[in-house]
Amino acid sequence: MSMVTTKGKGKPTDGSMREVLELIEKDSKLTAAEIAEQTGLKEKDVERFIKEMEARGIIKRYKTVIDWEKYGDDSVYAIIEVQLNPERNVGYDAVAERISKFPEVVTCMLVSGDHDLHLVIKGKTMKDVAFFVAEKIAPLSQVTHTATHFMLRSYKTEGEIMFEKEEDTRLVVHP
Amino acid sequence: MKIAKKVIDLPPSGIRKFFDIASAVKDVISLGVGEPDFITPWRIREASIYSVEKGKTTYTSNWGLVELRELISTYTYEGTGIDYSPKDQILVTTGVSEGIDLAIRAITDPGDEILVVDPSYVSYKPCVIMAGGVPVPVNTSEENDFKVRKEDILKMITPRTTAIIMNYPNNPTGSIMTRKDLEEVADVAVEHDLMVLSDEVYEKLTYDGKHASIASLNGMLDNTILLNGFSKAFAMTGWRLGYACGNPEVIESMMKIHQYTMLCAPITSQLGAIEALKNGQQDMLDMVKEYNRRRRVIVRGFNALGLHCFEPKGAFYAFPSVKSTGLSSEEFAERLLYEHGVVVVPGNVFGETGVGHLRCSYAASMENIKEALGRMESFLDKLKQEQAPKIKSRH
Repeated sequence: MSMVTTKGKGKPTDGSMREVLELIEKDSKLTAAEIAEQTGLKEKDVERFIKEMEARGIIKRYKTVIDWEKYGDDSVYAIIEVQLNPERNVGYDAVAERISKFPEVVTCMLVSGDHDLHLVIKGKTMKDVAFFVAEKIAPLSQVTHTATHFMLRSYKTEGEIMFEKEEDTRLVVHP
Repeated sequence: MKIAKKVIDLPPSGIRKFFDIASAVKDVISLGVGEPDFITPWRIREASIYSVEKGKTTYTSNWGLVELRELISTYTYEGTGIDYSPKDQILVTTGVSEGIDLAIRAITDPGDEILVVDPSYVSYKPCVIMAGGVPVPVNTSEENDFKVRKEDILKMITPRTTAIIMNYPNNPTGSIMTRKDLEEVADVAVEHDLMVLSDEVYEKLTYDGKHASIASLNGMLDNTILLNGFSKAFAMTGWRLGYACGNPEVIESMMKIHQYTMLCAPITSQLGAIEALKNGQQDMLDMVKEYNRRRRVIVRGFNALGLHCFEPKGAFYAFPSVKSTGLSSEEFAERLLYEHGVVVVPGNVFGETGVGHLRCSYAASMENIKEALGRMESFLDKLKQEQAPKIKSRH
């Protein structure tokens, strides 16, 4: 296949480096060549940029959104609202970091409102999750209160709609 | 039964036959669609659903809802720098299609010659004919990036010429006109007292710089009827909502026809459009960004296949040439559909200057664009084999 560029005077206008991040955030399997094609950037520049973003920890990891329920996995997820007494000097950080280190904790964030930490816990059974909270979270001296909400169904995860997508119903040809 | 001669004489749509073929072919991928593949952004749909629930199901003013006209005024000012009064310079129409028809009917007397810049959207010429006028094509060419130039227009002007219809960013070529390009047209329009009907429905789908409207040029405000709508920018084709802007006298005349034919644009669509302009502009920008990515992929793809494709800087169409294959656009399009299941629109549908080209819409998913390019490559390989000189046997 021969490469022919468009007439010299009109090179496609280039996208920005930020767009590279936007693209791989949605689809981390895109290759540097594909990204270059879509953005009008040079493949080498895209490669270099991605390496730099990885080195600087701006790209933290490449993840996949999986519909585990559809796969047949019956893991249990729960949202745990945790109220805390902040500690002198370290505030909420020390206890939040301590909680984050448990692999069962999928998400841990400090939030405003009537509780302080918002956790998402993953376990094999409801009992698992309940015991984890009872044994590891609730007894911590800084924790004053917990409330557990088991997830029943997810409609949207990581920006991805989990129910049936709307179909393309356009006529196949139209002026 | 009697059918009016004017109607009988209207040429049939050049794409109907492709409908019939496409319905018989399995596993079709379409690059033949002149509308966004996005569904209307949810916030717009949701706002309209709510309006129906609240019983907003009535007629509106013939002009359209005041709030919508005010928002259109601001939106147009932001896009083009022109300040149209929502009171008497903006008319909300049932799609740009109605706007085109109203504008033509409002200014045309029997026998008036209306210039139509080709290649062009398929409705302009029939609308001129229905209004009793005579459509006169003004040809553009690929050498000039399908822009219309002063000399192209001057060639076609006669004492009966009253107006010119143009559409940039252009369907089917994707060509755009810069401010400087438009000045040539404006000069001719002022000199020959022509009304310019400017269909700018692809305004927001401009990928190189900012869209320029001819109405914003010196002396053109009163000589231009600016037509625009929500179909392309906000993926709202089925809502049938557009608007016309111009001098109060012209807009009032268009409104007169509108009130006796359409009465008003559907209120549900008008309320959806209000939400689009208030809160949907980021959704629009996101869609434009995605079109731009596909544009780069498809243009590069055609050129790599050896189908020369000029760089479209607007709309969502690529307009590659198939002249190198030795097939006409119709033959190419028909065989591509029959044998490889890819729908494209042959360029001749859009006028004589479209001959030898295909209109390929990239309002299709990236996956489908790549699949279509792959199938076109197979087709071109097959053509090459067919056309290779056969080895002659010796006698």
